[in-house]
Amino acid sequence: MSLAFEHLVILPILLPLATAALMVPLDERRRPLKAVIAVVSTLGTLGIALALLSFADAQAPGAGGAVYLLGNWPAPFGIVLVADRLSALMITLASIVVLAALVFSIARWQSAGSHFHSLLQFQLAGLNGVFLTGDLFNLFVFFEVLLAASYGLVLHGSGVLRVKASLHYIAVNLAASALFLIGVSLIYGATGTLNMADLAARIPTVADSERMLLEAGAAILGIAFLVKAGMWPLCFWLPGTYSVVAPPVAAMFSIMTKVGIYVIVRLWPLLFGAEAGASAYFAGDWLLVGGIATVVFGALGLLASQDLARLASFNVLVSSGTLLAVVAVGNATVTGGALFYLVISTLAISAFFLLIELIERGRIAGADVLAVTAEALGDDEDEEEVEPVGIAIPATMAMLGVGFAACALLLAGMPPLAGFIAKFLMMDAMLGSTAADAAPDATTWTLLALLLLSGLAVMVAMMRTGIRVFWVPIESMVPTVRFLEMLPIVVLLSLCVALTAKAGSAARYLQATAEGLYSPQAYMKSVLTAPRVERTEAEGGS
Amino acid sequence: MEIILALSIGALASSGVWLLLRSRTYQVLIGLSLLSYAVNLFIFAMGRVQTGAPPILKSNVPGDLARFTDPVPQALVLTAIVITFAMTALLLVVLLAARGLSRNDHVDGRGSGS
Repeated sequence: MSLAFEHLVILPILLPLATAALMVPLDERRRPLKAVIAVVSTLGTLGIALALLSFADAQAPGAGGAVYLLGNWPAPFGIVLVADRLSALMITLASIVVLAALVFSIARWQSAGSHFHSLLQFQLAGLNGVFLTGDLFNLFVFFEVLLAASYGLVLHGSGVLRVKASLHYIAVNLAASALFLIGVSLIYGATGTLNMADLAARIPTVADSERMLLEAGAAILGIAFLVKAGMWPLCFWLPGTYSVVAPPVAAMFSIMTKVGIYVIVRLWPLLFGAEAGASAYFAGDWLLVGGIATVVFGALGLLASQDLARLASFNVLVSSGTLLAVVAVGNATVTGGALFYLVISTLAISAFFLLIELIERGRIAGADVLAVTAEALGDDEDEEEVEPVGIAIPATMAMLGVGFAACALLLAGMPPLAGFIAKFLMMDAMLGSTAADAAPDATTWTLLALLLLSGLAVMVAMMRTGIRVFWVPIESMVPTVRFLEMLPIVVLLSLCVALTAKAGSAARYLQATAEGLYSPQAYMKSVLTAPRVERTEAEGGS
Repeated sequence: MEIILALSIGALASSGVWLLLRSRTYQVLIGLSLLSYAVNLFIFAMGRVQTGAPPILKSNVPGDLARFTDPVPQALVLTAIVITFAMTALLLVVLLAARGLSRNDHVDGRGSGS
C-alpha cells in the first residue's frame, strides 16, 4: 500500500470539512460560486469513496480493510479509521445521496436560507466520519458533527412547522446523545477500552461481575442508535420531522436512519458475535421483535397517510424495521441480502422525497414555501375533484409518473426492479439457512410473512396515492420542473436499474461484506496489528 | 465520597428527566442541561473514583491504576462538556425562534399562552 493511498482513508472526512469551513465566510450573495465549490467537493468525495470501494472489492476475501492510524499512535491507544467493505459502501452511498440533494437544491432550495452548502458539507463529513471510525468515542464525536449539521438543515427554509419539528428533533437527539454517552462510559468501565476491535477481543474474557455492566452499557448504547434508526417505539419523532423538512434535506436524511442501522450492523456481529462467550447474540431477540413492530407500525402508517411526504416518511420506517428484523437473524447470508436492501431503499427513498416536491408543486399553488401536510389539505380535496380537466399528460407528468412508479416498485420489492432482488435474496437466505430436511422455524415464517405483507402494504399505499395524483385529474396546472431538479432523480433511479442489471456482482460484494462482519477476526487483526509509519532518516527532525 | 457522587448523579438525572418530560420549552432545555451534567459526572465515575491520585505518570512510580487515576474518562468528559454545551446553546436559539413564531412556549406551539 503506497503512502498516498494510505491517506485516502481520511480524505472523505477532510475534504468536505475543509470545503465547508471555506464556504462559511463566503457571502451569501456568491451562492453560485458556493454551489460550484460544493459540487466539486462532493464529486471529489464520491471519487475517493469509489476508489476505496474498488480497493475493498479487490481485497482478498479474508482481508480486514485499510487502517489509518491518526497521529501515528498504535491501535488500542490512538483513534483509528478503518475502510473495509462496509465502510467503503456506506461512504459511497452517502456521497451519492448528498450529491443528489445538492444538485436538486441548486435549482431553488439553496436560497431558502443561509449556509445551506456549508451545512450539507459538514453533514457529509460527519456521515463519512461515522462510517470510517473504529473507535466508540470518536463515533460519538462524529455523530454530534452529523447531528449538529442536521439541526441546521432541518431548520433550512424556516417557517413555523420546521421550527417546531426541529425543536422536537433536537430534544430527542440530545436525549439520545446522553444515552450514547452513558452507554459508552459503561462499556469503558467494564472493559477498559473504546477501540472497537480491541473491545471485540476483550468481551469474551470479561469477568462475570463486569458482564452485567457491559451488557447494560451495550443495551443503552443500542437504544441511542435505535432512536436514530427509528425502531418502534422510539420512532414517533421521525414522520413528523421528515415530512416537513426541505425536500433536498429529506432526501439526504434517507441515509440518516441508515446510520443507526450501520452502527448496529457493524457493532452487533463484531462485539456480540458467535465468539462473545456468554454474551453471544446478546439482545438479538429485542432487535427482531423491535424490527417487526417497526414494520407493522410503518405499514399501518403508510396505509393511513394522506399526503406524499408522510407516505415517504413511513416508507423510511418500513425499510428501517425490515433491516433491523432481518439483521437480527444473525446470519451472514441473510445480512448480505439485507445490505442489498439497504442500498436500494436508501436510493429509492431519496429519489422519492425529491420526486414528491415536484409532484406537490403541481398540486397546490404556492407549495414552494411550505411542505403542506394532509391536515392542511383536509376537506379541500372534494372540491378539487369536482371539475375533471381532461388534458393529455404532458412530458413532465409522464416523467414524474414513471419516476413514481419506479419508486413504488423499488420500495415494495416488486419485479422487475432491484427491490425485488433484494427481498428475494433475503428470503432465499432465510429459507436456505435452515437445514435441508428441517422445516423453517417460526421466526423464519414470521419474517417471510413480514417481508411479503409489508411489500403489499407499500404497494397498496403507493398505488392509491399514485392513482389520486396522476390519474384523477385534480388541477390543470403542470409543474414547471427544471432540468437540474429532474437530473438527480433520474440518476438515483437509474442507479437502482443499474443495480438490477449488475445484481450478480453487487450481491457478491455485499455477501463478502456480510461474511467479513460475521467473522471479524480479519478486521480485528488488521486494526490491532496495523503498522505505524516509521520515520525515515530523510524526513527525520521535522 | 462514592455515596455523594452517586446521590448527586441520581438527583441530577432524575430532575433532568422530569423536566425533560414537561411541556414548556424552557423546562425541556434545563432538563437536558441537568441530564448532561449527570452524564458528565457518570463518565467521570466510570474511571473509578479515587482521591488525591494524579492522572499523569510519574517517572519513578510503577504505572498501575492503584496509584494513578484513569485519564481517559477525564478526557472524554472534556469532549462531552464542549459538545453538550454547544448543542444546548443551539437548542436555546431554536427555542427562542419557536417562541417568536408561535408566540407560545409550549413544545407543540399550542396551549394556553405563557
